[in-house]
Amino acid sequence: MQRRDYLLKKIFFAIVTLIAVVVFNFFLFRILPGDPVKLIIHSPRMTKEAQAKIRQNFGLDKPVWWNQEEFLTDGLVGGLDTQFTAYLVNLTKGDLGISFANRQDVSEILKERVWKTLILIGLGTVLAILIGVGLGMLAAWRRGSRLDTALLLIGLFTWAMPTFFFGIILLMLSGGIFPIGGMVSPGLKPEDGLKYWLDIGHHLVLPTVTLTILYMSEYMLIMRSSVVEVLSEDFILTAKAKGLNAFQIFRDHALKNAMLPMVTIIALTLGYTVGGAIQVETVFSWPGLGRLMFEAVQKRDYPVLQGVFLLLAVSVIIANLLADMLYAVLDPRVKPE
Amino acid sequence: MNTKDKIWRAFIRKPMALVGLGMLLVVILMAVIGPFFAPYDPNQRVDVQPSDILAPPDAQHWLGRDDAGKDVLSLLIYGARVSLIVGFVSAFFSMLIGTVVGLAAGYFGGRVNNILMRITDFLMVIPDLPLMLVIVSVWGRGLWKIIFVIVLLHWTYTARLVRSQVISIKERQYVMRARSMGASDVRIITKHILPQVLPLIFAQAVLDISSSIIAESTLSFLGLGDPTLISWGMMLNFAFERAISRMAWWFLLPPGIAIVWVSLSIILIGNALEELLNPRLKTHHLFDPRRMIAIQAPVESAHSESEATG
Repeated sequence: MQRRDYLLKKIFFAIVTLIAVVVFNFFLFRILPGDPVKLIIHSPRMTKEAQAKIRQNFGLDKPVWWNQEEFLTDGLVGGLDTQFTAYLVNLTKGDLGISFANRQDVSEILKERVWKTLILIGLGTVLAILIGVGLGMLAAWRRGSRLDTALLLIGLFTWAMPTFFFGIILLMLSGGIFPIGGMVSPGLKPEDGLKYWLDIGHHLVLPTVTLTILYMSEYMLIMRSSVVEVLSEDFILTAKAKGLNAFQIFRDHALKNAMLPMVTIIALTLGYTVGGAIQVETVFSWPGLGRLMFEAVQKRDYPVLQGVFLLLAVSVIIANLLADMLYAVLDPRVKPE
Repeated sequence: MNTKDKIWRAFIRKPMALVGLGMLLVVILMAVIGPFFAPYDPNQRVDVQPSDILAPPDAQHWLGRDDAGKDVLSLLIYGARVSLIVGFVSAFFSMLIGTVVGLAAGYFGGRVNNILMRITDFLMVIPDLPLMLVIVSVWGRGLWKIIFVIVLLHWTYTARLVRSQVISIKERQYVMRARSMGASDVRIITKHILPQVLPLIFAQAVLDISSSIIAESTLSFLGLGDPTLISWGMMLNFAFERAISRMAWWFLLPPGIAIVWVSLSIILIGNALEELLNPRLKTHHLFDPRRMIAIQAPVESAHSESEATG
């Protein structure tokens, strides 16, 4: 396939997926059982007029998809005067609504939290990939050895382990060596410089270790089976017939071909990593998007829930697109022009 | 000896598979007859003294008591049912939907394939847990709703697996021959293609039981479990919120260990099945085949000459 066609196809799919997520996000929160206004108004004593005012403020007095009444008087522009259009317009302005819980702008809350999750996921994923790929190659290379069996057992064990429970165990075992919650000790401020950042690093240890160990096994198992699979290909036999030794074959033929699926896998597991971050942040009270999502679920804070979901889904879709682009550059079967 | 017997014989010769089977049987027993033997009924009201709350293990309560003064061991036994029901039912429906979609996409190809595969692509790219959280918290908590969201996100794996298998099988000669003799699509699919794919579908379904159980426990831990049922994830939710500050390990560890226990047992079984059934994993040109036989009993090695060692 031509690289340009391949990329266009991928970009097209990403755009369609993004649109689908945006529409789904709108639709899901409109099928809420009951009246959305009742969720905002906690007091039953609020007057009818005040309720109507809120309805108007949130655009809830308009039809959901199509405004037939306005269409007849104002034409197409009037017909599009709906909740859905308002949602799209607000979205392009970066306006995700207001939190039910503390009346803050959702986009402001997200902005404040997003980098904290990025640090955690970034560090955890990079470590997991490095260690996991290394161990996976080792296991495949020494297939059938005691080391391979041990690594496989560790892999299966962590596969069976829910992320949150592993976090809880580490939390119980750490016994005060590492801080068990939060991101920074109370009282420290960014102005404290190095001390502040070291403190954050200290708080990062347990959540990062949890993510790394659990996600490392995933990469390890996949890398192992990927290398093993490549080693069963006929071109490995050919390479052996040419007189290359085992190490050369492994390095030049097996690894190169086994690394390729890893790029796709890493992108696909990003969705899981996000799920892992939600659990880890919940267990260790790390104040990122995951913890925010957990809190929003507890408080039924739908605008925040909607905002976090949208941000996470969009980021994962874009990350996948980037991985596909990387794949196009790496895979010799996708020809450049 | 037919293929089924062969696979079964190879299966029970794998130590890991046997361990997994044994571990799973323990949990199934616990779920089926456990409640009759449980020392206490968790659904009954108990009069609680302040000292009973989170009381450590003693002779009457082998695993201590929870934050409401209830016996942890009994809760644990009752909780087995929810995990197993969610695991088996979700895996069954994921298998059903995935198989139908995979067969349709692989066999008919063209536009059917395109539409179905774009849907699976879409579901695979959306992060699982956030989507489940959003749907369940909007829709409401309940056992069947949880099963629904798990199935919604899990059938795609089976669908992709089945599709890729069907694509390679449908070009084989005996399928072509059946078609040339006028066999209908339904007949070709059910008589010639499905039996070939079934073992792999089964292995995938087994592995899916474990991921469904973990998904349920994660949702419950995050506070979205069915409020009317005792489940291990829900126990962990309570334990984490109320017992961690008192380090009540007898309330925190058992439900978590139970989840790991049951999903590990299923993974051991599924992994052994997959190794037996996936033809791609059988040959390995770089290593001493005798060693491979040690971990993969049924493989007749085609390349017995090898100077490279592992």
